[in-house]
Amino acid sequence: MLVKPKTGLLNKFYFFEITTGLWITMKNFFFGKKVTIQYPEEKRNYSKRFRGLHYIKTVNGVENCTACMLCPTVCPAECIHIEAGERPDKEKYPVIFDIDILRCCYCGFCEEACPKDAIKLSTIYEMAEHHREKGVYTKASLLVQRGEK
Amino acid sequence: MDRFEWIAMGVKTGLVVLVMLQVVPIMVWIERRGSALMQNRLGPNRVGPLGLLQSLADVVKFLFKEDFVPKHVNKFYYLLAPAILLIPAFMTFAVVPFGGSIQIGDRLVHLQIADLNVGIIYILSIASLGVYGIIMAGWSSNNKYSLLGSLRSSAQMISYELPLGLSLVGVLMVFESVNLREIAAAQATPWLFGLPKWGIFVQPVGFLIFMTASFAETNRLPFDLPEGESEIVAGYHLEYGSMKFALFFMAEYMNMVTASALMSTLYFGGYQMLPGMSYLVGPLASFIGSFDFSFLSLVTPTDCARVLLEVASFTAKVGFFMWFFVWVRWTLPRFRFDQLMDIGWKVLLPLSLANVAVSALLIYFGVI
Repeated sequence: MLVKPKTGLLNKFYFFEITTGLWITMKNFFFGKKVTIQYPEEKRNYSKRFRGLHYIKTVNGVENCTACMLCPTVCPAECIHIEAGERPDKEKYPVIFDIDILRCCYCGFCEEACPKDAIKLSTIYEMAEHHREKGVYTKASLLVQRGEK
Repeated sequence: MDRFEWIAMGVKTGLVVLVMLQVVPIMVWIERRGSALMQNRLGPNRVGPLGLLQSLADVVKFLFKEDFVPKHVNKFYYLLAPAILLIPAFMTFAVVPFGGSIQIGDRLVHLQIADLNVGIIYILSIASLGVYGIIMAGWSSNNKYSLLGSLRSSAQMISYELPLGLSLVGVLMVFESVNLREIAAAQATPWLFGLPKWGIFVQPVGFLIFMTASFAETNRLPFDLPEGESEIVAGYHLEYGSMKFALFFMAEYMNMVTASALMSTLYFGGYQMLPGMSYLVGPLASFIGSFDFSFLSLVTPTDCARVLLEVASFTAKVGFFMWFFVWVRWTLPRFRFDQLMDIGWKVLLPLSLANVAVSALLIYFGVI
């Protein structure tokens, strides 16, 4: 919207304009709705489709993953490291499944690529750690079911 | 000066300096929280109750930072500049009366550090010293942005000193004195329509000019041209860090205190009680009379109560103007440099000259 500047004598004098401005500032000071989210106590509501920390979906306590290597292949950040193994029933499974969360860009390609519906991105976004090593999530920690996807 | 006067002087000076130093952290807190609330945010509210200790945390941070001096600066002037800026800000307050006179024993003590008979001229001369601090800071930093910032700042301060001084001439003519104590006392006399003869009523235009000019003199928004993130980074204090930067910061707030004190002394009756406050003298006097200190035998309770209320109303007036500085900061956008000069030379200067002429005519015909 184009605002036409008022050019009357009264407006050029500014005094009344400034008074109006001061009044608006004061109205905001007392009655303005404050938009601050006080973070640790209050949290922003993100969508259910938010892409945060990963987890591997399990069915009856067994991970869906068959170590097909599609997710490390598609991963643009190359942060997924899988070493495959064989179960006694000849089924392929990941012996090691590490995700370097510090490298991950949360693009969600792994989730899209997975044919077994195994790797999922939860809505958790608080992943700050004091040590770099803690940024690498191992299989055990990824098996914690963090979402309902 | 005998011992009593030395003690009285020491107590008054110490009180004023301590209060002025305490104003800075409180004012920083008010500025940060106030600006946040005006912008629909919350501001710092974590450290201490309501975030009051945030300023203390800032001070600790400033003190523990590395006291770094860049290699390319002229060290002597570089270190001297913050002090030169800060000291005049303190000195100006010396002539401001912050309360009436109190009778202690058989002596009359004025609540004013120095009762100079050239009060206003002293203020004008000391306040202009601050420019040297800014120029020295900009020049000794050996940095083009600092230099540009200090040039801009000194041009601004010198231009606005003219309207500032000329707007004071009106006050001098009306109250026929340059002594701030006499000016403050003269404002108690009643005037037209039951109004007291406060400077704001007899010199409304003069007040507006003085206020605008003092905003420019203190380098506050909308005239904070010495700083400009986009064109000259931080201006004259670009090369300063840690406590040396804090001194610049303090000087700004000190100047605000002094400007507010001058506005309330010259135009809002100074230490004269706010309307309605005189009814509190009686109750407060009887309250003070109920105590039994040996000191109180020297002063009458009524005197004591009156002075306390006067200091309180002076503080309230100064506090309002301090708040007004913050209030205006978040209302008005800043001016461009050419606009700033236009306002100073083409609007405020002729207006203040006209104000002097009109006041002279009005005084000649006996209106004010």
